Amino acid sequence: MTSGALTTSDVVRQSLTTKGVDRRGTLLSGALLVGLLIVLGTLAVLIGDILIQGWATLTSRGAEFATGALNPDPALAGVGQGVVGSILLMVMVIVVSFPLGIGAAIYVEEYARDTRLTRVLTANIRNLAGVPSIVFGLLGLAVFVKVMAGVTGGRTVIAGGLTLAVLVLPIMVITASEALRAVPQELRQAAYGVGATRWEVVRHHVLPVAAPAIFTGAVLTIARAFGESAPLLLAGAIVGNFLSNGDMGIGQQLTEGKYTALPIIVFNWARQPQREFQEITAAAIIVLLVLLFIVNGAAIVLRDRFERRSMYG
Amino acid sequence: MDRSVTRDPQAPARIDLTGDPVRRRRERSVRWLLFTAAGFSVLVSVAIVVSLVGEAFSFVRDIELGQLWDDGWFPRRGRFDIRTILAHSILISAIAMVVAIPLGLGSAIYLSEYASRGVRRIVKPTLEVLAGIPSVVLGFFALTFITPEILQRLFESAQIFNMAAAGIGVGILTTPLIASISEDALRAVPGSLREAAYGLGARKVHTTLRVVVPAAVSGVVASFIVGVSRAVGETMVVAIAAGASGGSLLSWNPLNGGQTMTGAMASLAIGSDQVAGDDAAFQSLFFVGLLLFLITLGLNAISERFVRRVRTRY
Repeated sequence: MTSGALTTSDVVRQSLTTKGVDRRGTLLSGALLVGLLIVLGTLAVLIGDILIQGWATLTSRGAEFATGALNPDPALAGVGQGVVGSILLMVMVIVVSFPLGIGAAIYVEEYARDTRLTRVLTANIRNLAGVPSIVFGLLGLAVFVKVMAGVTGGRTVIAGGLTLAVLVLPIMVITASEALRAVPQELRQAAYGVGATRWEVVRHHVLPVAAPAIFTGAVLTIARAFGESAPLLLAGAIVGNFLSNGDMGIGQQLTEGKYTALPIIVFNWARQPQREFQEITAAAIIVLLVLLFIVNGAAIVLRDRFERRSMYG
Repeated sequence: MDRSVTRDPQAPARIDLTGDPVRRRRERSVRWLLFTAAGFSVLVSVAIVVSLVGEAFSFVRDIELGQLWDDGWFPRRGRFDIRTILAHSILISAIAMVVAIPLGLGSAIYLSEYASRGVRRIVKPTLEVLAGIPSVVLGFFALTFITPEILQRLFESAQIFNMAAAGIGVGILTTPLIASISEDALRAVPGSLREAAYGLGARKVHTTLRVVVPAAVSGVVASFIVGVSRAVGETMVVAIAAGASGGSLLSWNPLNGGQTMTGAMASLAIGSDQVAGDDAAFQSLFFVGLLLFLITLGLNAISERFVRRVRTRY
């Protein structure tokens, strides 16, 4: 086609109709999709790899592995102490960080006026949330293990639990704050209008509405603490195949205070060179992931149940 | 208020509006209780700074400064070359970002601009699952899968413990974080901007790359910085996959093992099974911790500034 033969309407038609496929568009959306598939594929490979490696141990030893004691012999070693230790730690985290976190969130959202002090307070909480977990381990070592040894007894599950509680506290405050902020303002005004005091407004009107979101956030935060191990390395969790004399049960873990946690066991076993240890590490990871799955699942069920009842969605 | 106004003696006595004293007392104590809870976080910050600075100070006082500029990081032998572990932290974070930035940003753009609602509803929770996987698990994966199945097949010289695998593991860990912060930033771009671009005849590619992403650039950059901050502070993946025992010499070769700042701390913590005593090796833990604390604090402050820019714009 020669240019001389083109009429104006030809030119317009040509520029308005798409010439062939949109190559760059397809390329971009293709590349993005590939990226996303790589991410999802990685997750699938990760879980598949761990299932394959750990399956044999779990099927052949099952409950005995999940409840058995640590042992230098991989064929006998179990993760029971880790499971118990992790659960004890979570109880500590719940007892300490729930009331402190939710209380702090209520203060910041419902009570505090926009003063410099308040701004310092919220900035401080945000900054704490970004501090690497191992630094909290140092805090645990310096304060809960050493300075407060009289209260915690040194390297005990109490020191470890306090360390984890302090670690998740800022996240707890932030999620609870978000939940409180989502409560419609009209609700508060209506309550004040009939003469309620500030605490009565919070207690009888704001908290019931915000509760599902607060609890979901809190449970997810607990799940995060459950998988955490770096701070525990410093705050006195026992790393090793120790306790080879065997059956340190719940009682001993409570009275003697020595503790370990499931992620710590995973860490320790992962470092062992023997092939057998690699298999039981994978099995221990499966136990860890199943427990995490249960905790997260509980959060989702909780949210769904509350949400159906709540009228504010 | 003007108190000199004479009251009509016939008027009823003024109603007492101060309320029930019991209620008021409860109100005051609850307020104090909540304030204490909020103040606790400040206490935690102070405790962190005091304990880090105190021990780090006695560390610097007790050693000769030349020991901080020695050959390699071997705390038990009195060699505390800070360059070694700093360089390894930078190297591993860089590898992590090479993995996490394209994957995280790509996923974010796809989810925010291209994905249908159905795809989003499946993919978002899946990303959250990935974000929730404990870092020890990724460390194990890096050591037993990434190194033997990928790296050692591609590069014969790759050691069992190597920084490349650790970097990739950390990258996988930070990808969901970058994806979720970037996606929030992209979705915060008002639809009117996209519609204006389409109205001018722009295709989806151009709308996405030249309008939406530039408009969200502050938030996207913030997500990268948060990612770096997270990668620098990540401990368990590095401790497992990069080799954490003893000490290490400075190496820029990612196929070698090496200790990062966090790896060195984990190693010191488990070195003698228990961190104990008040020797220099023990105190170096706090010195490295202080350094790490300051680095992440700085990075987070920068990213927050970027995020605020997005918020004020839209």
